[in-house]
Amino acid sequence: MENYWNKEIECMSREDMKKLQDERLVKQVKHVWDNVPYYRKKMEEKGVTPDDIKSTDDLHKLPFLTKSDLRDAYPYGLLAKPLADCVRIQSTSGTTGKRVVAFYTQHDIDLWEDCCARAIVAAGGTNEDVCQVCYGYGLFTGGPGLNGGSHKVGCLTLPMSSGNTERQIQFMRDLGSTILCCTPSYAAYIGETLHEMGFTPDDIKLKAGIFGAEPWTEEMRREIEKLLGIKAYDIYGLTETSGPGVSFECSEQTGMHINEDNFIAEIIDPDTGEVLPEGSKGELVFTSITKEAFPLLRYRTRDICVLTREKCSCGRTLVKMTKPMGRSDDMLIIRGVNVFPSQIETVLIEQGYTPNYQIEVDRVNNSDTLDINVEMSAEQFSDTVKGIQQKERELVNAIKTILGITPKVHLVSPKSIVRSEGKAVRVIDKRKLHD
Amino acid sequence: MFIKQLSIFVENKPGKLSAVTRLLSDNDIDIRALSIADTKDFGILRLIVDKPDKACEALKNADCTVSMTNVIAIGTEDKPGGLTGIMDCLYASNISVEYMYAFITKKAGEAYVIIRVDNNDKALEALKESGFAVLTADEIYDM
Repeated sequence: MENYWNKEIECMSREDMKKLQDERLVKQVKHVWDNVPYYRKKMEEKGVTPDDIKSTDDLHKLPFLTKSDLRDAYPYGLLAKPLADCVRIQSTSGTTGKRVVAFYTQHDIDLWEDCCARAIVAAGGTNEDVCQVCYGYGLFTGGPGLNGGSHKVGCLTLPMSSGNTERQIQFMRDLGSTILCCTPSYAAYIGETLHEMGFTPDDIKLKAGIFGAEPWTEEMRREIEKLLGIKAYDIYGLTETSGPGVSFECSEQTGMHINEDNFIAEIIDPDTGEVLPEGSKGELVFTSITKEAFPLLRYRTRDICVLTREKCSCGRTLVKMTKPMGRSDDMLIIRGVNVFPSQIETVLIEQGYTPNYQIEVDRVNNSDTLDINVEMSAEQFSDTVKGIQQKERELVNAIKTILGITPKVHLVSPKSIVRSEGKAVRVIDKRKLHD
Repeated sequence: MFIKQLSIFVENKPGKLSAVTRLLSDNDIDIRALSIADTKDFGILRLIVDKPDKACEALKNADCTVSMTNVIAIGTEDKPGGLTGIMDCLYASNISVEYMYAFITKKAGEAYVIIRVDNNDKALEALKESGFAVLTADEIYDM
């Protein structure tokens, strides 16, 4: 029996949802035009005014916002409400440059927490549950978002934040936590620590986990589910649009439902900016249609995924997005095919190799070449040439199945791939040198 | 009765081979026999040394990709047909040779053959039955 936090919205007919989005978009564009000179200027440069936006069908006319816009406009340039109306700031980690700060009115916070509440209920949460939140609290959106959602659902909330894993497990046991919210890597770590401490999933009451804020694979999901004896659900979000809860997984676990009453999702070609039809793989773009303080229109997430409106067994009609398959910044076009290093990495890990690899792309006689160097462990080393070539062929076939193009694979010695600042340099695109 | 052979993965890049031989000399390892299998991208350096365990440890510590393989060493007369008898014996017993290499020894008129086969035990049995001089590890390491 599927439970919903807001059945009316989550199972709304397509027509009604479109109508709701149309109304909200028109209002939002006007709000931004009136209050955000930075975006108004972008619209003027494109020759667009709020009068041109009559429904979601006109969305494509609006200019994009990118992370660099957010940096340029730091800190107040995209603020659409007086600071007196704002009650909260959250921020990105700033690992890829200047921090991005996002502002919230109380209404924004309410809607955000509402999105998180939907995720918790979709994972089976009710007011009978004990919800342990081990996302970081503070500027990071993970802790505050799930904490707020958990309150809304009425769960007994444990605001643990991350770290001190043995204490996490002690609380989990003593207070009978039933839902865990944290990053997938921390969930795996908690699971391993649980077993190291001599416990099994029978010693805890956890039934579900809501994990996000970093990429994770299906293999990792199964591993966490086994370690903790739970069902593990994915959740997606970004500080720029609010935080976790932009989309969330349901019992089907085949993608994340986007909260379309708050966010309009588009998939675009990252090179041309052209909107792609449903089912195409491309860059995810969000338009916030309910946010008051920090309403981003057509914000390019750089995450590559696919949207689908196929009927979901959970009954929700909200569009579903796949787990991000990579970042558009990393995308390579080789022989006309979009290739993400993360796809290659997944194959390597599945085949028992370390994620230490290097992709070399070149152009020889006007044709692209793809060479992949993969570090081999002593266990994988076979002392015959045919043994090594057999291993290389296996990798070529596995990668070809995923990418659709045939690479050349070269096994190399461990630690032989050049590292800069401890991280291996993943891609060398020599074609750029020739152009 | 098997001899421990070191197999080392060596990329086809300048300095890779000399790094391995330098490491062995620094660790006072004496090479008894050597062969290299080469491809476009890499080579596999196969070595018989006087102290295989020590050599293997040193190579591993230096992040070399190394494995230890059991091979068979056979002594034969250094004259035309010396090798043919061995090959005939293996062929008759339906044993496949993965690779082999040979060298003459300090004893006049004698040669040693190192072979890696698909079935060591079966090969050993067949060679002994046919009266070939299968050498012990110590005979090779300490020669």
